[in-house]
Amino acid sequence: MSRILGVLGLLTVLYAALILSNPSAGRLDNLMDVANIQGRYGLITIGAALVIIVGGIDLSIGSVCGCAAVLFGVLMERGVPPAAAVALTLAFGLTVGLINGLLITQLRLQSFLVTLCGMFIYRGVARLLAGTVSRTRAVEQHPEFVESLQQLRYLLIGKDATGELLFPAQFFLLLVTAVLVGFVLHRTAYGRYWYAIGYNDQAARYAGVAVERHRVIVYVLCSLLAAAAGVLLLLDMPSVQSDSGGLGLELYAILGAVLGGCSLRGGEGTAPGMVLGAMVLPVLENLVSFRGLKSDVIPAVIGLTLLVGTMLDEWIRRRTHPRG
Amino acid sequence: MSGVPRLEVIGIRKQFPGVLALDGVSLRVAPGEVLAVVGENGAGKSTLMKIIAGLYQPDAGEIRLDGRSVRLPTPAAAMAAGISLIHQELNLAENLSVRDNVFLGREMTRGGWLRWLDGAAMRRQAALLLQQVGLTPDRLFWRVEHLSPGEKQLVEIARALSLQVRVLIMDEPTSSLSHKETERLYEVIAAVRRAGVSVLYISHRLAEVQRCADRVVVLRDGRLAGELCGTQITHDNMVRLMVGRDLKQYYPRQHRSGRGGPVVLRLEQFRYQGGPDQPASLEVRAGEVLGMAGLVGAGRTELAEAVFGVRPWRDGQVWLDHRPLRIRHPRQAIAAGMVLVPEDRRRHGLVLDASVGFNLSLPNLRLLSRWYGISRRQERRWQQHWIERLRIRTPSPEQLVALLSGGNQQKVVYGKWLAGRPRVLILDEPTRGVDVGAKAEIYALIDELAGQGAAIWMITSDMEELLGMADRVVVMHEGRIVGELDREHLSEEAVMHLATGGRTPPAGDRHPATLPRWRPDGQADAAG
Ligand SMILES: Nc1ncnc2c1ncn2[C@@H]1O[C@H](COP(=O)(O)OP(=O)(O)OP(=O)(O)O)[C@@H](O)[C@H]1O
Ligand SMILES: [Mg+2]
Repeated sequence: MSRILGVLGLLTVLYAALILSNPSAGRLDNLMDVANIQGRYGLITIGAALVIIVGGIDLSIGSVCGCAAVLFGVLMERGVPPAAAVALTLAFGLTVGLINGLLITQLRLQSFLVTLCGMFIYRGVARLLAGTVSRTRAVEQHPEFVESLQQLRYLLIGKDATGELLFPAQFFLLLVTAVLVGFVLHRTAYGRYWYAIGYNDQAARYAGVAVERHRVIVYVLCSLLAAAAGVLLLLDMPSVQSDSGGLGLELYAILGAVLGGCSLRGGEGTAPGMVLGAMVLPVLENLVSFRGLKSDVIPAVIGLTLLVGTMLDEWIRRRTHPRG
Repeated sequence: MSGVPRLEVIGIRKQFPGVLALDGVSLRVAPGEVLAVVGENGAGKSTLMKIIAGLYQPDAGEIRLDGRSVRLPTPAAAMAAGISLIHQELNLAENLSVRDNVFLGREMTRGGWLRWLDGAAMRRQAALLLQQVGLTPDRLFWRVEHLSPGEKQLVEIARALSLQVRVLIMDEPTSSLSHKETERLYEVIAAVRRAGVSVLYISHRLAEVQRCADRVVVLRDGRLAGELCGTQITHDNMVRLMVGRDLKQYYPRQHRSGRGGPVVLRLEQFRYQGGPDQPASLEVRAGEVLGMAGLVGAGRTELAEAVFGVRPWRDGQVWLDHRPLRIRHPRQAIAAGMVLVPEDRRRHGLVLDASVGFNLSLPNLRLLSRWYGISRRQERRWQQHWIERLRIRTPSPEQLVALLSGGNQQKVVYGKWLAGRPRVLILDEPTRGVDVGAKAEIYALIDELAGQGAAIWMITSDMEELLGMADRVVVMHEGRIVGELDREHLSEEAVMHLATGGRTPPAGDRHPATLPRWRPDGQADAAG
């Protein structure tokens, strides 16, 4: 429990600063906007966090997300109905995860290397598929998709036909996912295994846990979530460019996971922590833009925040009792 | 032996790269029988057990359970067949709680494939198991990393018992247990054998083997060297079969220095952060082996670690060769001539993923460096020298240390320190998991070092070792040094009495030995 106090404190401070910085920043529509972005970040953060818990790392998240968005757009432009396109895109994510997982467990390659290669490969695949994809173009070519696409957009993003945000659907999506993942992590035997594998896979193996299979499952989940985020990206934005869509998201995801209490050494992290960790960055970005600061300062601010967050976390960790 | 044996292995062979670990080993155990397996480090005991527990696959041979031939491709399969292995090296997921570790891999769940954890049921069951092995119930939800090695061992034992066990394998279960916990373990063994469980018991402590085994098989170089039953089970018989010759002097203290040498290390009212409030005072003289006894958790390791600079100091004075010391980091302790052979070699003593040679060189790189850097040829020669000197069984210095048998790993830890000719050696469980032959070698080494004037502070839970090696013994209880015994007054009863918190001599004890701070000149001075 104490593991999430640090990030909770950080979030409180950030939200307070945001609301105080500008009267319009505290308005409901702005907070909903932020929540919507938090939702999408949160999904990939959960994926990254699960991989980190089993002692691995996934650097391909951003490229998979971008590639999925492009694939989703291209499929619709080629006349695949939106719902089917979503399914196919998710299947793409699943395949990517399976490939990553099998390479890491069967060929015993290091996760850092495998997913670093993946990062280049899927970015390349995205660029081969198209330079840019847009929803409007898909709808122009296939007017019959207008309705179903808008329905999807309303359900998953919460925006109506005019593009106004009615409710932060992506954040709700995140909460549902987090509850499911939290249940698996904290309440089922599978979660137990993931923690054990991440900390000491030898111990897990000796205890009869199918270490390889569980690792593969987690990589599949991670890429699946990244592909889902890609779908959301194209539903949210009017268009996605293949060379910049989802660029660098893997680092945001890892950062969120670490802020939320995952240890890069593996075996640590909680579902509530992941959600809170993922919430930090969008608030921060929003704050920076409301303070009228140039977007140039964003990277430095992000870096500093992470540093403060990890220091806080470490400080709390050293003060905790052996229990829990 | 009559009837069908519970477990029978026939002609097991196992080849590792460069090592033939097992060469056609056969053995059988009856239901309710305790079979001890002994042998030198690297004889293949652990390998055989891992094969029986489904962790390794044999190259040849057969395993039979209750007369039926079985295949055990995975640990899970072996567990399902009722075979449970307590590992020599601790293998717990230290980020999980005690309860979670006890049930790891066999969680009690509801809801079918959902595998929803039944926390309450596991807690109840785990509490019973902890009680059975003698671990305090408040540890139930502690993360395992906060437990002492002895307590971790008890968790492993509780783990093994949580299964419907038919064959219980214990690979050096007592190597990190104190006397009292060991007694507890015997009770557990007695209980399971009454229930018809077959026990395979591996230990280098031959007195234990003598005490609890019905039958002993001896392995040597991957082959069966012999078998002993009943009254044949004696220390000498076992040693003869293990090493293939008679071991003459087992505890070779030749250089006992009377009580002469000057004080080398002296603690005065020493306290450290996170330690007990009572300060500790202690002296170790040149040429002396100071034994330190106490139950697991008495704070011996912590005190040693603090003096060595692993834990921050609070107050008090430490003198080395009459110079006051101020140590904030082990580096300073080593520079001052003080080294520590830690209790948990795998965590603190070795870089497990590196080679034997790398580990030997690590603290001695300064010694091996020339102006042009390290000479690889010279380094290798130097490594060879120490490997031979300590008789470390390894195909080459390039072998990964993690692949050595437990006892040989321990020798590597010695090797890395001895080259620096330390003034003070703090030995925390110096022969944990070391075979008789190697033990005798290590004892000879300790004796030799003492003879050269080193001061040796030896923390040990092995009573035989304490009685055999120590010139003087201090006893700790709950963080405090509660008494001191000199050679004449040293006895198992006296040590145990102090270690369990007794202050006055037990009834019928003729010696005034258990008075606190007994001095050689016969004067008991004020404690502290
Ligand atoms: N995974 C492995 N790879 C290579 N060699 C190994 C491996 N495991 C064990 N060995 C080697 O096989 C031999 C037998 O080792 P084993 O651990 O069975 O000995 P042991 O009798 O248990 O010794 P100890 O008393 O020190 O625990 C040793 O020479 C060891 O170095
Ligand atoms: Mg062994």
